[in-house]
Amino acid sequence: MRISAPKFTGVFFMSKVQPAANQQKKQPIKRLGTLALSMSLGLLVWHLVAKWLDLPAFILPGPGLVWRRFLLSMSDGQLLRHALATLSEVLAGLFFGGLAGTILGYLLAKSPALEKIIGPYLVASQSIPIVAIAPLLVIWFGPGIISKVLICSLTVFFPVLINTVVGIREVPQDLRDLMHSLRATPAQTFWKLEVPAALPIFLGGLRVGATLSVIGAVVGELVGADRGLGFLINVGRGQYDTALVFVAVITLAVIAISLYSIVLLIETRVLSWQSWRQKAL
Amino acid sequence: MNSSLDAALRLQNLEVIFSDASGVVHALNDLSFELMPNEFVCLIGPSGSGKSTILRVIAGLVEPTSGKVKFNDHQSHVGLVFQKANLMPWRRVIENVKLPLELEDRPDDIIQTRAQELIDLVGLSGFENAYPHDLSGGMAQRVAIARSLIQDPDLLLLDEPFGSLDALTRERMGDELLHIWQARRKTVLMVTHSISEAIYLSDRVLVLSSRPGQIKQVLNVGLPRPRTPEMRYLPEFSTLAHQLRDCLSEEQICPPKMSSPSDRSSS
Repeated sequence: MRISAPKFTGVFFMSKVQPAANQQKKQPIKRLGTLALSMSLGLLVWHLVAKWLDLPAFILPGPGLVWRRFLLSMSDGQLLRHALATLSEVLAGLFFGGLAGTILGYLLAKSPALEKIIGPYLVASQSIPIVAIAPLLVIWFGPGIISKVLICSLTVFFPVLINTVVGIREVPQDLRDLMHSLRATPAQTFWKLEVPAALPIFLGGLRVGATLSVIGAVVGELVGADRGLGFLINVGRGQYDTALVFVAVITLAVIAISLYSIVLLIETRVLSWQSWRQKAL
Repeated sequence: MNSSLDAALRLQNLEVIFSDASGVVHALNDLSFELMPNEFVCLIGPSGSGKSTILRVIAGLVEPTSGKVKFNDHQSHVGLVFQKANLMPWRRVIENVKLPLELEDRPDDIIQTRAQELIDLVGLSGFENAYPHDLSGGMAQRVAIARSLIQDPDLLLLDEPFGSLDALTRERMGDELLHIWQARRKTVLMVTHSISEAIYLSDRVLVLSSRPGQIKQVLNVGLPRPRTPEMRYLPEFSTLAHQLRDCLSEEQICPPKMSSPSDRSSS
């Protein structure tokens, strides 16, 4: 069945992030094999470039050097400590930003009047890059974890908010009429119609938010922090320990990809009724 | 005997005016009719004559500007079938059928039994666990009909339920609807665009004028029950079809017929 054309009553939220990108379903083993192949190719190219250019290690360290630096930073507990600091900022930001975005998004979707009042501020706030206000937040809330969680929350907030608004607004009017004709209570309409109908788009927003949250944390840590992977990058740069910078950057990528994959996994689990999309692709 | 006392549903002097940014639409004007218990009535009329609005008013989705909707029994459930099947894509067939009873918080085993019964009734046994996107248009519409029946409504409102189906499926669905109607004894009010469908299915056909909608003519279909597909070729059938067609295409020639309950009971 077709879901009816979206009706936008609002002015500001016209964009949406597509729900679950519907990854093609290959056999997991084959997929892992492809992944391993592409990664070893990348490492090989990196190794060859570093070798042929013969640049000093503080400009371009080879993969071997980075690996040894990784083992070292693992053995003295440095990497784990900073990675955990960043991860907790990211997760806290994802939680608080996601929660605030969901609640406010739902209220905005339900009340076009509220959207007219708050909408301009939200759009204006989004036109300011987070990099620009991060120093301000660090000044106000100190170099500790609070300013980082705030920055993460702010970056997560907007995509979750938009996708909540769009998700709730795209609930087909015919289904709302159905619930109404069945004399459903507002709570029933919320749990049995709005939540499942908006979930695909909402989770798409959360997925984008998860990666943005990592960016937010690093930006905050680069501006001013005493721990975290962003801090580690600063330390490595200051000491010309470029291998350490590489280690931190790769760890960040691993965190971001893991979060993204976890949300994607939740999506495919929760949205199993959309399996036809995967079949079609 | 005044028949209007026993009517399952009475609409009295219904008037509906919609207003939005683009202006005011006078959808229905002084519309009155009644449905007798177990009666099958079709509403037919030009597009935009407010047919759907009538159903939406009865279902409580639209508040009339003035006038009344009176049920014989205040507890009456109304089953509503939309033009599109309007199923929840994340629910399996049986879960879609169960929805109305879930909202009433009935015990699970009762819901399960009733849902299975209705799925069998509409001929979808074996498809209980399919998702709506795996169904054809006709099958989806059967699920919608099963869903509308699970509360055991006294009144079934059908808004062009077969409009999106091909002609053959449409006729078969019509027969199935009659079959269900005879098995379950419901009062049915159905909107349709098809003249032959209206005659084939109903006891009475109400013809609506163009906007603002009013009852222009009431056609009693005297064909015996149960109806069979061969009846479509009876001379009475063609006569009725001609009458309906004339009335629909040449509004000016067909004199507006008063439709208040008192008029009809005296005629």
